[in-house]
Amino acid sequence: MTAQLTLQGVDKFYGPIGKGVHAVRDINMDIEKGEIIALLGSSGCGKTSTLRMVAGFEETSRGKILIAGREVQNLPPVRRNVAMAFEGYSLYPTVTVRENIAFALKAQRESDAQVDAKVNEVAEMLEITAILDKFPASISGGQQQRASLARALVRDADLYLLDEPMGQLEPQLRTLLRGRIKYYIKERGLTAILVTHDQTEANAMADRIAVMEGGVLQQFASPDEIKLAPANLFTGTFVGEPPMNVFSARAAEVSGDIQFRLDAGVELTYSADQFAPDLRAALLSRGEVVMGVRPYAVRRAKDKGGAAAQVVANQWLGDQTHIAAAFAGSTVVLVEHDRADIAMGDTISVELKPEDLHFFDPASGAAISHGTQMA
Amino acid sequence: MESTSLIERILRGIAITVVILFFMFPIFWIFLMSLQTNETILRVPPSMVFEPSLQNYRALITGQLETQTGTLEIRFMGNLFNSFFLSTTSVAIGLLLGVPAAYAFARLKFRGSEDIAFTLLSFRFAPPLLVLLPLTIYFQQIGLANTYGGLIWVYQLIVLPLILWIVRGYFEDIPADVEYAYRIAGHDFWATFRKIALPLAGPGIAAAGLLAFIFAWNNFIFALVLASADKQPVTVGALAFITASGIQYGQIAAGIILSIAPTFALALYAQRYLVEGLSLGAVKG
Repeated sequence: MTAQLTLQGVDKFYGPIGKGVHAVRDINMDIEKGEIIALLGSSGCGKTSTLRMVAGFEETSRGKILIAGREVQNLPPVRRNVAMAFEGYSLYPTVTVRENIAFALKAQRESDAQVDAKVNEVAEMLEITAILDKFPASISGGQQQRASLARALVRDADLYLLDEPMGQLEPQLRTLLRGRIKYYIKERGLTAILVTHDQTEANAMADRIAVMEGGVLQQFASPDEIKLAPANLFTGTFVGEPPMNVFSARAAEVSGDIQFRLDAGVELTYSADQFAPDLRAALLSRGEVVMGVRPYAVRRAKDKGGAAAQVVANQWLGDQTHIAAAFAGSTVVLVEHDRADIAMGDTISVELKPEDLHFFDPASGAAISHGTQMA
Repeated sequence: MESTSLIERILRGIAITVVILFFMFPIFWIFLMSLQTNETILRVPPSMVFEPSLQNYRALITGQLETQTGTLEIRFMGNLFNSFFLSTTSVAIGLLLGVPAAYAFARLKFRGSEDIAFTLLSFRFAPPLLVLLPLTIYFQQIGLANTYGGLIWVYQLIVLPLILWIVRGYFEDIPADVEYAYRIAGHDFWATFRKIALPLAGPGIAAAGLLAFIFAWNNFIFALVLASADKQPVTVGALAFITASGIQYGQIAAGIILSIAPTFALALYAQRYLVEGLSLGAVKG
């Protein structure tokens, strides 16, 4: 089965090829029909450039783009059969919201009744029925954004490109619409690419997340996989809130055990059989590694078995506690579900279980292991 | 506005009155002159009391200029028509060429686009007299001297850069995504230009066209050198009032009133476009 969207070695240069700004570097991905994909990354990581190349607003400097098996990288946008919701809404200011949404349908010569039914359905889903007959200039940013989203979703296209589609919405509405939009897309078997810098949105809506940084696709995997097995240090620290704790460590064998020496004299010792043999060998042969551990996995030791850390902050967020403590020359953050009765300056004992550790190569950042197994 | 105090409003009123008096008085005086004869115009001290007469206008419209030494033929109405024809045609051609060019300069970043746009603007830097001599020689050689076509061509030096640079700004102010949204919804480049870009830049195009019309109408030097009597616009035609038997102030004044009337009326009519256009922001917010 051919993928709904295929990117093959796609490069984007702003300026001459090879000399200009290399915004997107050698992206390869296949997106199956019916999938929702999130392009996740910080500003300037190349996610919007990628989306615009798929839409046809930016020239593809190198590589191929295939939509439903058709090579489209040299076609104008009009012939690619994609729908797009723009970050800046981009509604036509001269016509009402209803006409904005119906524009593409009318261009396809659908009957008035059909157009009306479709527009009303999508408007109801996005809670904009009341403003359908207003002009874009007279409605709020959030409403414009939903109108723009409706204009994209109402169409019958091979691919739906949603650029930061919910950035302007209030948190409650955003949570509600996330679910509805996902249901709408899934119910119809549509294929969608969502560009976002909000990882909650990516996690909630996407089947797979493509993490981008510096124009490079860092990892393209399911939200779970990205959480459990980040491909490299960037994905590990970028995805997850609060971010992964990271320490540089030196692995050594001490009387049959594996010992990790962190900065500031912290030593963590694990019995050798807690790691798979090949991993043990890999860690010991490298020596220098980067150790990562998610804040949710850091525990306060009940007994004195853990390593000492001095509390620098204790924040109750209403549903969880974030504790930051000075540890190994930097800071370790841990998350607990209840209020913690500890004050600044207290010494706590933190415990890092071997199955929660991620190891990365200090030079390349590539993952060495997740938990007790090799990556 | 409601919060302004009475004193502030009075002061503002006075200031506006002073400005209006300062700028409008010459035109008002010319209007009075146009209704008088040379004798009453030139009396010392000048007075605003006189018996108004339409004889200056009559002379202009009939083309018979009465002077002390006899009757002189003038072609003022022909000049007025020339002005109208030259300006309108120049602006129409300027818009036809300039608006798509402005769109290209605003939207497509091609090699040398800035240089070409700047070169077009630089036509406005050069003093007209500098280009007139070579232009006259060329035009005589290729048979464009003393033709409407030649004049309209040369008028593009005035009209085209103006339209290009003003309209380009308006196109640049339209978010490109609005056009992208239209194109991705199944419309081609030209449909987008006609249905989205042109209407959104409409007020700007109107403003640019109006300004270009006024500039073309006011042109003097190109027409003076390149056109003979039957192709001359009013600006040049007014020279005919400086006759052997004296300067015909009354007719000059009437001529001025008649020649500023079209641009004046146009500006009044299009004022709303000008304000709307120059204040921009039609799609912002």
